[in-house]
Order: sequence, then structure tokens, then C-alpha cells
Amino acid sequence: MSAPGRPKRELPLGGTTRSVQGGQLTAPRQLATAARWRAWEFVAWLAIWAAPLLFAQHAALINEIAILALFALSLDLILGYAGIVSLGHAAYFGAGAYGAALFAKHVMPDPLVGLAVGTAAGALLGAVTSPMIVRGTDLTRLMVTMGVALVLLELANKFDDITGGIDGLQGVVIGPLLGRFEFDLGARVASFYSLAVLFVVFVLLRRIVHSPLGVSMRALRDNRLRLQSIGLSVQARLAVVYTVGAALAGAAGALLTQTTGFVSLDVLEFHRSADVLLALVIGGTGWLWGGPIGAIAFKVMHDLLSAITTQYWTFWIGLFLVVLMLVGRERLLRPWTWWRQGSVR
Amino acid sequence: MTDVVLQTDALVKRFGGIVATDRVSLRVERGARHALIGPNGAGKTTLIHQIAGMLAPTSGRVLLGGRDITTLAPERRVALGLVRTFQINQLFGSLTPLQSLALAVGSRVGAAWRWWQPLGRDSGVAAESELLLQQFRLLDLAERPTRELPYGKRRLLEIGLAVAMKPSVLLLDEPAAGVPGAERQDILDTVAALPADVSVLLIEHDMDLVFNFARHITVMVNGSVLTEGTPAAIAADPRVRAVYLGDDHPGAPMAGVARG
Repeated sequence: MSAPGRPKRELPLGGTTRSVQGGQLTAPRQLATAARWRAWEFVAWLAIWAAPLLFAQHAALINEIAILALFALSLDLILGYAGIVSLGHAAYFGAGAYGAALFAKHVMPDPLVGLAVGTAAGALLGAVTSPMIVRGTDLTRLMVTMGVALVLLELANKFDDITGGIDGLQGVVIGPLLGRFEFDLGARVASFYSLAVLFVVFVLLRRIVHSPLGVSMRALRDNRLRLQSIGLSVQARLAVVYTVGAALAGAAGALLTQTTGFVSLDVLEFHRSADVLLALVIGGTGWLWGGPIGAIAFKVMHDLLSAITTQYWTFWIGLFLVVLMLVGRERLLRPWTWWRQGSVR
Repeated sequence: MTDVVLQTDALVKRFGGIVATDRVSLRVERGARHALIGPNGAGKTTLIHQIAGMLAPTSGRVLLGGRDITTLAPERRVALGLVRTFQINQLFGSLTPLQSLALAVGSRVGAAWRWWQPLGRDSGVAAESELLLQQFRLLDLAERPTRELPYGKRRLLEIGLAVAMKPSVLLLDEPAAGVPGAERQDILDTVAALPADVSVLLIEHDMDLVFNFARHITVMVNGSVLTEGTPAAIAADPRVRAVYLGDDHPGAPMAGVARG
């Protein structure tokens, strides 16, 4: 062993506020690049806004796509960003749908206030259930989320004097949007309304995912131990993001109620949780375009396939899913690479 | 300079029938350069886990600045200035070093819950993150995902993330472990240049580093403290030599134990 000695050098490390040479910081610019909007994103949004004008006869479908996109976006927040696998996201969708419907029926018909109420209903349910979901493993979460949705479905069925049960809630009348635009049968107003809400949420989420809160969610997925070690609580963060995701699912549910003027147990059914997961997986998790793209792909495929073969939609979507997962999205979208020798033999 | 900032009080950790730490009482003084050495399996890392809060002790207490923190969550201890590094890098693989440091600095200044502005919009946080990049020789790699960094650089980031928290007590768990030649010097320099007011508890097998760095050394064997003292006293202690040289002589006090 060598003789004991003292450190010889004293570098000006840690603490002292010595400024970086010349005061030209590059870090803010470097940090900002990730958050910047890309050109294609502007183009994509222009195309989305043009859709109800160009395909006016498909306004109802566009409305459905926008709602599914918003729902998928909310799932992406908790699955793609927080890493919580959920098979019961319909619980929050349903809470928002019934919240908005009951509010319109019993309190006031204004859609924007109703949307806020539906969002709040989703958030409330999310906040209440999040302590059960932030702990535990993937399987636990899968089962707990599914269980919550099942419990809610059965409660809605049981209390049919409030919810209308299996026949749906009667007498839900939604007032005109901003006091001027009546929801028409052609779903024109509905499609613009849903797209507007989707757009606002997208812009908001885009801000969030590049903020310290959003980056910390990616950090959480990468390494929980390190997140703790820089003084941040894993569970608190998961709970908050889960609640935000639930709130946005509630908003999507409220939109469905308001644009169709109807709500039934269907909003809480298991297939809704499964469909949104499917749509999100098709579009890709962990990036904000995954929800919208997945929703478009899912709904358009559904529409086309149903037109060809009414009964076998499930068969084709199932087959597509298997191929997508086995081949991988990257490869599937690049047909010219299919017959090329892969890098892995 | 004799006030104790970190103290463990008869810490016991049992895993089933195995006693990983056996009534370990340790005192780390303000501004300490304190090394914790001992053969593999001596319980050093288990002790650090208990101090940092990743493991709950079976019995005993951990005191930080006289306050009992035994049951406090790890992230709460960090907020109180007790920060650690890990023997195996624990980093955010998909984030860049700059993003990681900005997150850590942001956490310290209370900006980590912000959702309305991009990470790094806070100019104070950005400036400090850049300074840290410079100090830890990561400027060139600031925008690469951390998982793509060479091992030595990741090791530097591991320490940088801890320093970003401006700790009052810093626990370094084998900072130089596995780092090849040239980059090893970077680690030694950064460790040597830690601010004087930070109390450092260092676990290390690299005896050059230990004896260059430490003013006080505690030797652990088989879960308990064998001895402690100045580096000179430790170097001269025949029991420590027996532990490290693996003296199998039946008369040697620690014969056989070292391998336990």
C-alpha cells in the first residue's frame, strides 16, 4: 500500500459560480432543439384541419377519429411516457362520458362547461385510483386497471336509474357550441369541435413532454433508482401523470357524449380499452403523433374493411396486429426492405 | 471540525439468516474525506444502501446532522443533502448528459414540477448544467444519448449527477470501478477536486485512490467494523494486512474471515 497523502490539485469544481467562458451558453439552445416543432408537424396539422372541409360527407368519421386520437393520446401519456400498462382506460373515458351527460341533463347544456366537467370527472377518478396503480408490477397494473373498469361498468349497470343502464341515458340535450353552433346531424360542427379539443390537448402535451416534468417521465422509465437519487419521487410523478392521462380520457369521453348526444354502457365496455390500446400500438407509443396516427389508421381500416366484409373486421385487424408486432413498424412501413437481407442474419 | 454530519447507530441488516451489516456505527465528520474499505462481501454497499434509504435496516438508526432519517424515503434524504453514486451506473439512457444534468439541477432548485416551459428555459439551470458538463469533461458529448457514451464518460456523469445536487454528504460507491487508464485519471481528478465543505464517504477497492484521498479510513469485514483510523495507522495494522493479503496462517487474527 502506498503512503497516505493529500489531494494535490484543487479544481474549481461544484458550487462556485464561475461563469462559462465569454458568457456564451450553448446549453439553452441545445436543450431547446428537442422541443421545437418540425415542419412536417405544421403540414400534418394543416391537413388534419382541412379534412372536415375536403371530406364533408365523412364528418362523422372524422369526429370519431378525433375522439379516438384524443383517447389514444391520453393513453400514450400513461403508457408511452409513464410506462404504465393499462387494460382499463375506458374507466376514465366512461367517467367523462357519463359526467358530461349527467351534467348536460341535470345542470346545464353548454358543451364547453360540460367538457370541463367530463375532464374533471376523469381526473377525479384518476386521482382516486392512481395510488393503486403507481405501485406494483406490469401484471398487477394490467389487472388493477382492468378491474377498475369492470367495477365501474357493473356499477353503471346496477345504478340504471342514474345512468340509464343498458338502454343508455335518455334526454341528454347538448346546447349549441359557444351559444351559436348547433350540433347538426352531418357532424360538421362536431368534427371541428373535436378536432379543436384534440389540437389544444396536443399543443399542451407537446409542451408538457419537453418540460422538466415530461423529461422526468422519460427519466423515470429509464431508471427509477437514479430519479430517486436526484431527489424526485417516483410515485408522486406517476400519480400525477396518471391523473392527467385520466383527465384527458375523460375529455375524450365527454366529446363522444356531446357530439352524439347519447351515452350508454358501451363507453365502459372492455373493447373500448382494447381498441384504444390497439390504435396507440399501431401509431406507436412514446411519441405524441402515435395516438393521432394510430386512430386514423385504426378507424380508416375499420371503415374500409367493414365496407368489404362486415363480419370479418376483427379477423383482419387481428391479423394485421400480429404482423405489425412480429415484423415491426419500421420494417412494415418500408416495403422495399422486406426482401433485403437484414442486418441480423 | 469535529461535528459529525452523518452517523449510523448500530445498524443491523439481516437477509434471512445472513447478517449483512452487524451493528455498524460510523461517524462522518463535516468536510470529511472518509474511506470505507474491506474485502468483497464485507457489507459496504449494503451499508450505503441503508444510509441512502434504498434498504431499510433491521435495527439501528441513521442520523443526518443529528436528525433521525432512518425511515425517510431516499428522495427526501437527497433533498436534505445526502447524495450517492452507484457502483453500477444508474443513468437515464435515453436522455443526453445535458438533459440529465438539467433535470438534476432543476430538481435541486425546485423546478422539476414545471410543465409549462421546456427543460432548460430556466437560464440559471441551463448555465449550471453547462458548467457541470465542463467540469465533468462531457461538453463534447452533451447531446448524445447517455447510453451511447463510453463507459468512463458515463462514470463521470454518474458523479456529475450527484455533484449537481450540491450535497452536504456525498457517498461514492466505487467511483473508479472498471474505468480504463486515461479516463480513470479524470475520475481521480474530479474526486480530488470535490468542494472542501462536502463530506465524502468513499467506498473503493483502488488503494491508490483510497490512500491519496482519505484522511480517515474505516475497515469493514464480514458485516462489521474491524478498525478505523488514519491512513498511516490502517496501512500499518497487521489485521488489515491479514484481511487483504488473505493470510491463512492459523494464528492470524482474521484468518479465513476475509473470504467469508
